[in-house]
Amino acid sequence: MTQQMSAKEFIARRIALELKDGDAVNLGIGLPTLVPNYLPADVKLTLHSENGFLGIGPVPENIPPVGKPRVVNAGGNPTSILPHGSTFDISMSFALMRGGHLDAAVLGGMQVSEEGDLANWMVPGKNVPGMGGAMDLAVGAKQLIVAMEHTANGEKKLLKKCTLPLTVKGRVATVVTEKALFHFHDGKMVLEEYAPGVTVEEIRAETEAAFTVSENLKEMVISQVGL
Amino acid sequence: MKSKRLEIEQVASFLRDGMTLMAGGFMGNGTPPRLIQAVLDSGVKDLTMIVDDTAFLDATKGPEGIGLLVRNKRIKKLITGHIGLNKEAQRQMITGEMEIELNPIGTLAERIRAAGSGLGGVLTPTGVGTLVADYKQDITINGQKFDQKQTININGRDFLLETPLTAELALLEAVKSDKFGNLVYYRTMRNHNPLMALAAQTVIVEAHEVVEIGEIDPDHVMTPGILIDHIVFPA
Repeated sequence: MTQQMSAKEFIARRIALELKDGDAVNLGIGLPTLVPNYLPADVKLTLHSENGFLGIGPVPENIPPVGKPRVVNAGGNPTSILPHGSTFDISMSFALMRGGHLDAAVLGGMQVSEEGDLANWMVPGKNVPGMGGAMDLAVGAKQLIVAMEHTANGEKKLLKKCTLPLTVKGRVATVVTEKALFHFHDGKMVLEEYAPGVTVEEIRAETEAAFTVSENLKEMVISQVGL
Repeated sequence: MKSKRLEIEQVASFLRDGMTLMAGGFMGNGTPPRLIQAVLDSGVKDLTMIVDDTAFLDATKGPEGIGLLVRNKRIKKLITGHIGLNKEAQRQMITGEMEIELNPIGTLAERIRAAGSGLGGVLTPTGVGTLVADYKQDITINGQKFDQKQTININGRDFLLETPLTAELALLEAVKSDKFGNLVYYRTMRNHNPLMALAAQTVIVEAHEVVEIGEIDPDHVMTPGILIDHIVFPA
């Protein structure tokens, strides 16, 4: 990993290469929203916003005041809609998510299990914000990509079983951390890539989940946009 | 045709303690601010409220939405999808002052849509194997009583049986209404509003602009006017 680059940026740069030109994608809050910064110039995505539109654009220069009609993202913050975008009600919006019409969803993660379960919506007794759209997105997106740091304050996050309440069972397709990239095939976790300078032994030491090593194991390549 | 115009002062006549209300909006965007203020001003309490989320607590960041009713402790039970940006709602949930039932937002929307569409419920894969599947829920299926949400396997895949959500009154916001109640929403202000227009016994819309019948192209109507009982005109 490049020395001055944060783990989050590294992860976002790797995921930027996972998405394909023309994909319709929903990016969860936090780390996933960094991904568009690193997309190669020839990769154009249509970003979905669960509150009811496709084609998330830049934050507008002139933001109407609270109380005036305005466009907001799923976090309620002002945004814009690109020319090819469209607006719709929540039933349509979640049909797109749950019905398998989005090519990928990128979500942050608290824990992922070796069977592809994801926990990312609550910490009992500490933070219970509500699942919002996370469960619908996780259950329906064609490819569920989890973007998360490999460990949190020394605690392992890739586990045999999630200890936090689940968001979805068995739906994770890809996990990208600052150390490794794993795919899930038929409910089995496979190490496909290691970050530059990171050994498989080091990854094993920081991963509780059981995984196999791909025959095609390779060093991770990240987007070089802006470097 | 009888006028659907309603003065904001008349909204109170539709309200009573303990009733079930639903309000449009997503992070307060598309939540009718004057109607919510009217609910507060009426003094009603112990409401059961069906709404996407509790919006912002900090009014500099965005609209307060139905958070106004949370902050003033008018809600007994909240059926919602997200309370994460409203610390007061979280606090009231933790202390037990307010009962909160959290639904995945897609499930919340389909439960509302089911009620408004005459459906007996919906089957969704969302929440299978999570805490949502363990929720307490009194339901009778084929004469058998259950006290928990039911997981049903159909052709090899598990689904949760989710029941319809209806209300006595729905409060909507539209950017434009004609005098018949045909509605147009603006961008992300549509969200749950069209679904709730179908799902309540009485529906009141707060319109930013009211135009004559015929001024909205039928192809551009997003909610048909027959669903709207009363229109609150701009102040």
